[in-house]
Amino acid sequence: MPDPAGAKPATVDLEAAFRASGVGEVLDELDRQLVGLAPVKRRIREIAALLLVDKLRRELGLTSQPPTLHMSFTGNPGTGKTTVAQRMADILHRLGYIRTNRLVSVTRDDLVGQYIGHTAPKTKEMLKKAMGGVLFIDEAYYLYRPENERDYGQEAIEILLQVMEDKRDDLVVILAGYADRMERFFQANPGMRSRIAHHIDFPDYTKEELLAIAELMLAEQNYRFSPEGRAAFERYLEARMRQPHFANARSVRNALDRARLRHAVRLFERRGQGLTVEDLQTIGPEEILASRVLAAGAGERAA
Amino acid sequence: MHLTQGTFSFLPPLTDEQIRKQVAYCISKGWAVNIEFTDDPHPRNTYWEMWGLPMFDLQDPAPVMYELAECRKVHKGRKYIRISAFDSSPGWESLRLSFITDRPEEEPGFDLVRQEAQGRTIRYTIRPYATDKPMGERYGR
Repeated sequence: MPDPAGAKPATVDLEAAFRASGVGEVLDELDRQLVGLAPVKRRIREIAALLLVDKLRRELGLTSQPPTLHMSFTGNPGTGKTTVAQRMADILHRLGYIRTNRLVSVTRDDLVGQYIGHTAPKTKEMLKKAMGGVLFIDEAYYLYRPENERDYGQEAIEILLQVMEDKRDDLVVILAGYADRMERFFQANPGMRSRIAHHIDFPDYTKEELLAIAELMLAEQNYRFSPEGRAAFERYLEARMRQPHFANARSVRNALDRARLRHAVRLFERRGQGLTVEDLQTIGPEEILASRVLAAGAGERAA
Repeated sequence: MHLTQGTFSFLPPLTDEQIRKQVAYCISKGWAVNIEFTDDPHPRNTYWEMWGLPMFDLQDPAPVMYELAECRKVHKGRKYIRISAFDSSPGWESLRLSFITDRPEEEPGFDLVRQEAQGRTIRYTIRPYATDKPMGERYGR
């Protein structure tokens, strides 16, 4: 047994280690670029702090076990799970827990085969592709189909569990999906729950946050709302949030894509007149109010 | 007799760390990495048996090292094992790098066979001593 204090510095500079890792930049970027998600950001800061301290402890010989890094992200659609997973890969890479900052995103179709003997090689191949980085399994509960006991998903889960245990140095697995279904998935697969260290819950966005996201998305493409357009979009959000299949930021993105389409059509229809730069980048209320969501009246039926 | 086939075959055997670095180089070039084994060391025996499928789109050498360890569990000391890397950028898979990672404990070498043909012509060929025995028994069980 080596003496933990022997020949190694007795004090460590946490601040210097933090700056050297460059994690601060990723965290700041996360704060800047992602609207809302306060609990998620707090958890990620906690995890980053834990990993940094753990790394220092390991350098001093106080711990030898690599920490379990597998995570589960739960939340409704469009709450930023994939985006955050990408940032997580960045953080883990900067702290030296994974060797590449690549995120391999898979779903059931990529892991589960169609006939006997097809699943194991398929799952293993995906795992090999992800090794050294992060494997992101979207809608992980589809792997497990309790209604069909001969479903091959179980086989994929078993391989996954084994790799999550044996290859902790080589691969970090992030499972993602809706909260309630993930809960059922973990109940049916207790082995999976015990191998996951961090459960992060993604809250739904509020209306104000969605509006901020919309403005951010527009700004990225050099568009903006006119004041009336912004008010109209707020009304749109109110109506849309009450409807089924509301997918948070994804719905906002889709709504904006449609608004841009109407914007283009409107400009095209009055092509005889001159257009200003202003016209080309301003989304007015016409574009938003034409939406079926508002036309359906208090969200009765809108396909 | 030390079999000299493929890259690095005149060097001492590569360590695992060196193999890992070679594989990392192949991956950085975007080549598919494949593990093969055989017990017929004849130089014209081009197509060795494949250990699993070639590994495409890797980003880290870990899976190759894992498969190599698995292959060694079965064949170490009784088969030749090599790693080959294929480049698909020309539109077909072409071999870029191939090196032997493991060899049998004893390599008996080759017999030089002479065949007399018409007019005192002599034809030469080589034959591995190992192939005297049937497949699977050539380098002990």
